[in-house]
Amino acid sequence: MGGMNGRPDGCALVTGASRGIGAAIAKALAREGWPVGVNYRSDSDSAEAVVKEITDAGGRAIAVQADIADPDAVDALFKQLEDELGPVLVLVNNAGVRADGLSPQIDNDDWDKVINTNLSAAFRLTRRALRPMIRNRFGRVVNIASIVGTEKANPGQANYAASKAGLVAMTKTVATEVARRNVTVNAVAPGLIETDMTEDLGDGLLELVPARRAGTPDEVAACVRFLTSDDAAYVTGVCLTVDGGLTA
Amino acid sequence: MSTTATREQIEQRVFQALEEFGAEPDQISPDAEFEALDIDSLDLVELAQIVEDEYGVQLKGEDMEGIKTVRQAVDLVASKLG
Repeated sequence: MGGMNGRPDGCALVTGASRGIGAAIAKALAREGWPVGVNYRSDSDSAEAVVKEITDAGGRAIAVQADIADPDAVDALFKQLEDELGPVLVLVNNAGVRADGLSPQIDNDDWDKVINTNLSAAFRLTRRALRPMIRNRFGRVVNIASIVGTEKANPGQANYAASKAGLVAMTKTVATEVARRNVTVNAVAPGLIETDMTEDLGDGLLELVPARRAGTPDEVAACVRFLTSDDAAYVTGVCLTVDGGLTA
Repeated sequence: MSTTATREQIEQRVFQALEEFGAEPDQISPDAEFEALDIDSLDLVELAQIVEDEYGVQLKGEDMEGIKTVRQAVDLVASKLG
């Protein structure tokens, strides 16, 4: 892909990309010409299906297994991508988990698991990815946050809300640290999106959405595609809401 | 997995990095202060990364504290290698 629009050779890593929003993002970045590392934790069949879809369309992608919640797995993940696709110059921290419950019933494990995967892991991956980005004078980090946290309280999601609000705060801070190396760090905050993860949230919510429908993974991916593009070179430290007007 | 390098080689590599970061080549010397060279904290982070990648020595934030001149940085790397 070298040098298209002046961007250096490298690849994109999308965590949790075997399905849902992550899969849509992986495909969108592949269409932009990025070789894509399709990260998955356990569902290799779905990850391979995403890779096949990308390669059938003429793109380049590999499925890369790693439990990103494990700090020791991060370096191996990046080394594999560096060997096979080049330095990671686009990182999309998409992998996320939920463990809902009213606060008195969220136990330590459910709290720690959600904070670790959604926030701490995103930081560890960002920290690692900044190395080649700073050296290459080009980088794009996009953190998939949520309207839950910074924009809206959703009873039963204290852990999730805290992780996502923390992710937005981390995004803004890191953005200011590396801006002068042409590395941007942004967040995308989806509202109600049709995925397996939101299947159980119920139709009652739809009435609250001004657009009167749930969003699609592709509509979230379009925001990520913009933020990773050359057109967004001067956009950094923002959180782009994509929620059909829910928090307007 | 640290590699060997002479003090002169380290100094040359640091000079080269500083130039890459935008310091005026004719102002780079062992006694030059980073501040005068307009080298900021992010530049020093990148310098630490270069040293780690190329010589296999890790420079932590606390190691870098109080490092004000080019000579001090070169000494630090050399001492870690030695």
